[in-house]
Amino acid sequence: MKDVRDAQMVARNSDGKLVRRPLSPHVQVYRWPLSMALSITHRVTGVGLGIGTLLLTLWLLTAATSEGGFERFQYFLGSAVGLFLLFCWTLALVFHLLTGIRHLWMDTGNGFEAKQYQNSAVAVLVGTAALTVLIWVIGLINWYW
Amino acid sequence: MSDLSNPPHIDMLRSPLGRARGLGSARAGSKHWWSQRLTSIALVPLTLWFIWSILRLTNASQADVVDWMSSPVRMALMLALIFATFQHLQLGLQVVIEDYVPQEGIKLAAVLAVKALCILLALICAICTLILGLSS
Repeated sequence: MKDVRDAQMVARNSDGKLVRRPLSPHVQVYRWPLSMALSITHRVTGVGLGIGTLLLTLWLLTAATSEGGFERFQYFLGSAVGLFLLFCWTLALVFHLLTGIRHLWMDTGNGFEAKQYQNSAVAVLVGTAALTVLIWVIGLINWYW
Repeated sequence: MSDLSNPPHIDMLRSPLGRARGLGSARAGSKHWWSQRLTSIALVPLTLWFIWSILRLTNASQADVVDWMSSPVRMALMLALIFATFQHLQLGLQVVIEDYVPQEGIKLAAVLAVKALCILLALICAICTLILGLSS
């Protein structure tokens, strides 16, 4: 049987003539307002953080099972590749956390005025940059001392 | 856009109402949404706590991690973080899969695989937390 969603794309116009319903435009025709970019990035970072949970799992697993394995994993995290992964992970986590708080706030029905919508989006970006830098400054100081 | 070789025609006689009638409401629809919000609220303080803790463990040896985890409060927070994270993750990935995978069979298989993986990873993390916390 034909997919019902396809079948329902045919309807009658006011003259009673059968016509295909117009499709609403999709992402490619829109300007990219900041909020839209943030919303999409929120989803992408969510999936990325899902892959990042493997990092947490490996950290706990090596710590709980073998001293040598833990040392090796810590050594890997301190390598260039490890630091790069950790940096991406921090950036994604802080971004997802802040956009998540923004979404929770909007879930209560607030923040939909054009100005608030724009300002909260900018605040998320500024906050992400500031928090990520702060975390890495503290982290690197702790690491070297 | 008009396609002359395939003019618009009706190939379904049931109305949308007739199709939906008798199926009942899904009823569980709000549960997914609500669980996603609850875990996200829980994850705000838990994540901040986790980042703070990890920053203090940057140079830690395995013994330091065991020592750190031996506090019951930290163990409880860690277990809460693990539960909330993987619950939030499997709900989120389910939505992503449902949005982008149109084929029913592949969709179902992917959602089930993601859920199984999340449960397994959560169990591994929780067991490791218990081993670390109870070993000292």
